[in-house]
Amino acid sequence: MTAIVFDKVWKEYGDHVVLERIELSIAPRSFVALVGPSGCGKTTFLRMLLGEEKPTRGQILVGGVPLKAEPGADRGVVFQRYSVFPHLTVLQNVIIGREFEESPLLGKLFGFRRREAEAEARKLLDAVGLKGHEDKYPAALSGGMQQRLALAQALNRKPKILLLDEPFGALDPGIRADIHVLIRRIWNENDLTVVMVTHDLSEAFRLGTRVIAFERPRNRPEELERYGATLDDVSVAEALSKAGASVTRDFDVWPKKVAAALPNGAAGAGAQLDLKLAPANDSQAPG
Amino acid sequence: MRLINIKPDRTWTFALAVLPFLALLVAYLMGSAMRLAENPNDKLLPGFGAMAEAVKHMALQPDPRSGIYLMWNDTLSSLSLLLTALAVSTLIALVVGILIGLLPLVGATFGPVVAVASMVPPLALLPILFIIMGLGDAAKIALIVIGTALKLVRDVALRVKDLPREQIIKAQTLGASTWQIGTRVVLPQMLPRLIDAVRLELGPAWLFLIAAEAIAADAGLGYRIFLVRRYLAMDVIIPYVIWITLLAFLMDLALRLLQQKAFPWFAGARAA
Repeated sequence: MTAIVFDKVWKEYGDHVVLERIELSIAPRSFVALVGPSGCGKTTFLRMLLGEEKPTRGQILVGGVPLKAEPGADRGVVFQRYSVFPHLTVLQNVIIGREFEESPLLGKLFGFRRREAEAEARKLLDAVGLKGHEDKYPAALSGGMQQRLALAQALNRKPKILLLDEPFGALDPGIRADIHVLIRRIWNENDLTVVMVTHDLSEAFRLGTRVIAFERPRNRPEELERYGATLDDVSVAEALSKAGASVTRDFDVWPKKVAAALPNGAAGAGAQLDLKLAPANDSQAPG
Repeated sequence: MRLINIKPDRTWTFALAVLPFLALLVAYLMGSAMRLAENPNDKLLPGFGAMAEAVKHMALQPDPRSGIYLMWNDTLSSLSLLLTALAVSTLIALVVGILIGLLPLVGATFGPVVAVASMVPPLALLPILFIIMGLGDAAKIALIVIGTALKLVRDVALRVKDLPREQIIKAQTLGASTWQIGTRVVLPQMLPRLIDAVRLELGPAWLFLIAAEAIAADAGLGYRIFLVRRYLAMDVIIPYVIWITLLAFLMDLALRLLQQKAFPWFAGARAA
């Protein structure tokens, strides 16, 4: 069980304050959606959680341990684009995580261990609806299928935290609805905390157990640089009277969504990922 | 219909491509015929008969003094220098380029040096190379390597940096080490891009080879055309130039086919 705690985190780029005094704790197995206008700092927030950016002040704790300032295998990620490796086939894209783990020198598995990794990957691909596409290169897949692949790839490494950076932003509405079902099942059936950045409010409320809105209370041009978004739960009037506070809101989604209990305690993600999904219906190649 | 919307079909594409070649050929033949009509001993624009005779002499009959087939010997000598040098350049570009592009520490250390050094005109270094390494093959290979490797290194380094940061982050979240990212994510994606870069460097590579051979050599395509220049032997020079062009064109074609066959994912990834 991995709780995430933001302890008075600030992020500044030179003189430009992006996030101010973020205090937040995220319960294990929650599905947090981050919303807010462009440039409000929600992607910066995600990047800090990813380890790609360091907080200027304060610290981030994952499971009580301060986060290392680089990405690691405990946090999986799916970006809006470029999440998969274009030079590897679908199957190779999934097993590469296992290869990184088990073969430090060559980064490649052979023989029995490879067959084992492939079998595991095929199950996962089947679960995300990519059966029959194992030998294609990502460029031959549609946008929705590429995102399914990116999910399978991330889950194969069994992360405790899954970070999604506008993962469905580029998809058609119908395909988006299908993949929403998939991501909820993944969240529901694995020991997984999901943090998702999205532009789409309805998506945030449909998927999230908790929605966090980033807002910049001070938007006058001369203030924009010096004040960032924060996460204080204070009224607008109070916020504006105080220096450095803001009105970022934190919603608990109703009706309450709770992830299903895992059959054998806190087993890793993917291990019991046994989804019986229809094959992807967005299977036409792009172009 | 607008001109931008008029596209030739397959037959026309071929015909249009052949047209300029034919025009050049006809123009040459007419010029040659006119000059030869005035003076049958004219050497500047020899007819095809004279050139065929010269090629037969150079390629199909052994040289009476040394007993070797000069044109094949020249070709072999030039190609072995060129290919050796290009192989060395490619290897340097791959290793150094990836290190500079991927590792900020190496980039900070060697990026500026490479950027400055790649601005040195390689031919200006040729005297230095001849003085240090002598007039043999080593100096010529060194010239081609210096002339091509630095640009290839910069090209690879830039292309490594062009890889979407998402890919590098993703690899790290899958647990990859720096070494694994280099060998399994970056290197395989650089190979087809490097082929493109090498194709563009083929021209400079031939230039440096011929320049070096012209100054000091005892065999080679460049050496031969500068040698026979003394006798105004256009009947040898023109077929040699065509032969060099054909070799360069075939190398370019071979690299393009290699890219298509060995990296089937690349066309799709480039279009995306």
